[in-house]
Amino acid sequence: MRKLALNDEILLKIDKPARYIGNEVNMVRKDPEEVDVRFAICFPDVYEIGMSHLGIQILYDMLNRRPDTYCERVYSPWPDLHAIMKEQKIPLFTLETQSPVREMDFLGITIQYEMCYTNILQILDLSGTPLYATERTWEDPIVIGGGPCTYNPEPLADFFDIFYIGEGETRYDELLDLYKECKEKNCSRQEFLEAAAKIPGMYVPALYEVTYHEDGTIASFGPVKEEIPARVKKEIVMDLTDTPYPTKPLVPYIKVTQDRVVLEIMRGCIRGCRFCQAGMIYRPTRERNLEQLKQWAYEMLKNTGHEEISLSSLSSSDYTRLKELVTFLIEEFKGKGINISLPSLRIDAFSLDVMSKVQDVRKSSLTFAPEAGSQRLRDVINKGLTEEVILEGAGQAFEGGWQKVKLYFMLGLPTETEEDMREIPRLAEKIAERYYEIPKDKRNGKCQITISTSFFVPKPFTPFQWAPMCRRDEFLERARVVNEEVKQQLNRKSLKYNWHEADVTVLEGVFARGDRRVGRVLLKAYENGCIFDSWTEFFVNEKWLSAFQETGISMDFYNSRERSTDEILPWDFIDCGVSKEFLKREWEKAQRGIVTPNCRMQCSGCGAMQFEGGVCFENKN
Amino acid sequence: MKIRIKFAKYGSLRFVGHLDMMRYFQKAMRRADIDIAYSEGYSPHQIMSFAAPLGVGITSEGEYLDIEVHSSKSDQEALRALNEVMVEGVSVLQYRELPQGARNAMSSVAAADYLVYWKEGDFGCPDALPELSRALREFYRGQKEILITRQTKKGEKTMDLKPLIFELEAVDVKDFRTARKLDGFPEEGLQLPCQGVGFFMKVCTGSTDNVKPELVLSAFSDYCEATGDCGFRFEPFRMQIHRVEVYARESGDFIPLGEIGCHIN
Ligand code: SF4
Repeated sequence: MRKLALNDEILLKIDKPARYIGNEVNMVRKDPEEVDVRFAICFPDVYEIGMSHLGIQILYDMLNRRPDTYCERVYSPWPDLHAIMKEQKIPLFTLETQSPVREMDFLGITIQYEMCYTNILQILDLSGTPLYATERTWEDPIVIGGGPCTYNPEPLADFFDIFYIGEGETRYDELLDLYKECKEKNCSRQEFLEAAAKIPGMYVPALYEVTYHEDGTIASFGPVKEEIPARVKKEIVMDLTDTPYPTKPLVPYIKVTQDRVVLEIMRGCIRGCRFCQAGMIYRPTRERNLEQLKQWAYEMLKNTGHEEISLSSLSSSDYTRLKELVTFLIEEFKGKGINISLPSLRIDAFSLDVMSKVQDVRKSSLTFAPEAGSQRLRDVINKGLTEEVILEGAGQAFEGGWQKVKLYFMLGLPTETEEDMREIPRLAEKIAERYYEIPKDKRNGKCQITISTSFFVPKPFTPFQWAPMCRRDEFLERARVVNEEVKQQLNRKSLKYNWHEADVTVLEGVFARGDRRVGRVLLKAYENGCIFDSWTEFFVNEKWLSAFQETGISMDFYNSRERSTDEILPWDFIDCGVSKEFLKREWEKAQRGIVTPNCRMQCSGCGAMQFEGGVCFENKN
Repeated sequence: MKIRIKFAKYGSLRFVGHLDMMRYFQKAMRRADIDIAYSEGYSPHQIMSFAAPLGVGITSEGEYLDIEVHSSKSDQEALRALNEVMVEGVSVLQYRELPQGARNAMSSVAAADYLVYWKEGDFGCPDALPELSRALREFYRGQKEILITRQTKKGEKTMDLKPLIFELEAVDVKDFRTARKLDGFPEEGLQLPCQGVGFFMKVCTGSTDNVKPELVLSAFSDYCEATGDCGFRFEPFRMQIHRVEVYARESGDFIPLGEIGCHIN
């Protein structure tokens, strides 16, 4: 029987010991002695979050298809266990074989959001591997990062050996083969990394050098050796039909965030909202094959025993054969005790009809994400959702029995005025009024309109990458304006307003657009005891502020200034397919409030056509 | 029709709590294609109930759950189908049809058997079996009552444990298992330090007077400390509690829950 890395005394003392025992349904078992490459794949957050991530399941399945490789999982130990592991010097271990992470050949970390960066340091620290990549030897795993945050990997540059820019399906085979070859030939770690840097999509930060102007902006950025490529182009799968997909995904014991079968129906988004990084870096939009999805739905439900199936994409309504897929799911599975969950659907007659079949309308709520309160600002951000469409959708839904609406907005968007802020509650008010137009005897008490605002963080590879970001107090002031306006609405009793703290947001801003130098703040913050920063119960702003002070790094430099379009940005060396010219054009159009049509209405020449497929060629075959 | 399933839980699965085991079995039923019945409504759930919740850290070869099915394969086929989709650490031991009108597992629980033994580790060992036996007899048979105080919501409560303990003895765990023909539990996982010394107890179980084995052991530990009779001290992390069987009470006799029910061909 498997031996656990933690003893019973620890396991019985900590919260949710099942996070650390592995052995879940569909866990891959191999004999570590029989493989050439041991790969630990890590989501640097708690088990319940990490286990819910589709990307990890895809890579776990894909890497384990190689007979010579054993991929095992690692998640962040919760702070209760963290303290025990530090105190008793227990090395971080993989879930499958409960082996020390340091014994692995690779440690692959997916980097999904900025506020997990201290957790990355926690993982390295508990593994007993040096935090700085340059201090590692062959005794340490090759630490490789992937995921959306690698589109500006610079804040983490010192801590990673390699960043894999783009979709994991394409180059891992090549990388692992190279690794085996290097090990056989007794290459040095440095030799391996230099060879890896020549594989498309691989960025080895130690092989690049940055110099700075006196004002702190970047003067030059480039490889230290001639044969190392100056630009790294993202990797992308153009035909999703034949890519591996985990039809036997892991089934955890404890309840995790995504406790269901997840069908990825499409990658990329046609819409081109100007604040949205995912909408740019995953271009062009590529759809999965309908028949294959149906087949997978069967297999995955059978292999997991899950009672729910959900679709995953950035905007499910844009999947061309959505109707057929959803009808199939309902007809096949609804009667068999399977719930069907349909997130990110645009509200219209079709989706309302479907939702009324799969959920209890009185309990569920409708979601709209207008992102900005006024039409003017919605044009600036290119969010093609009009008040008319929202009121029409909400009206139909109210007639159909719904009475809860959730509205999502952002505060601090470029060009935002006080008027734009005040339009947020006014829009909510109009929705409430639409509800009360329904005769009293036909409606079901009060409606409930929830307004949530988040604060806008400019992201790399979006048209807003040059935009200044609000300071903490400016954000809170804007939330105050909205709150005050909410109170002035006629139906204020039906409106509810939530906003976030702004402390975390400004940190996100620094790490989203930071350069290599901000890695120092990160390390300091970790040394000050910051981990699980995305969890309000563990986030301690003072520790962060003192980390900035101690390292002498200015938040304003990274957040508050407007960057010139001529400035060398830390992520400029990455080619994500979308051209800088396109982003500049979009930045200018934004300032003039001119909308850009989506990819299906008209191609705007963003540059992603170079990948020769997807939506760019939809009507051209 | 109603089905009663008996299973064992061991290895790393001892750290999976009761509610999670329910979720585990709900998913397992679907993987094994058991034609289980669902409740009505928007979010239908399987008709399933467990006998007596097992605490985290405890292993067992006497767990029960009842389900309702529309139709069933033969018990042998169902057993095979279920075991094919189990993880290491859960094995299904029995699959029987319940007679019409049988009480459900949960409400019929009256008693449970436990073995408790020392875990591997560089801990000290207790006295040898004869001394332990003698002290335990003094504690259990020699005393008129075994008073313990329990912290309840309403404050401290004193109760007599003795009538709730039906059997209690020190045993050689291996011999005991052989004598009782216990085989629901992979013995390769059974490391028995301290010459295989352990305890066996049959205690009152159920919703009204539920006696946890820990309670008996800490009462015995307190007794040993007070009398200086024997060196036993109860240190929870060093001892493995293992449930052996769960019983219903029928006209005074304890009947294993699994004996209520018949084969399906
Ligand atoms: S090239 Fe045109 S169609 Fe293709 S992603 Fe860019 S804008 Fe859309």
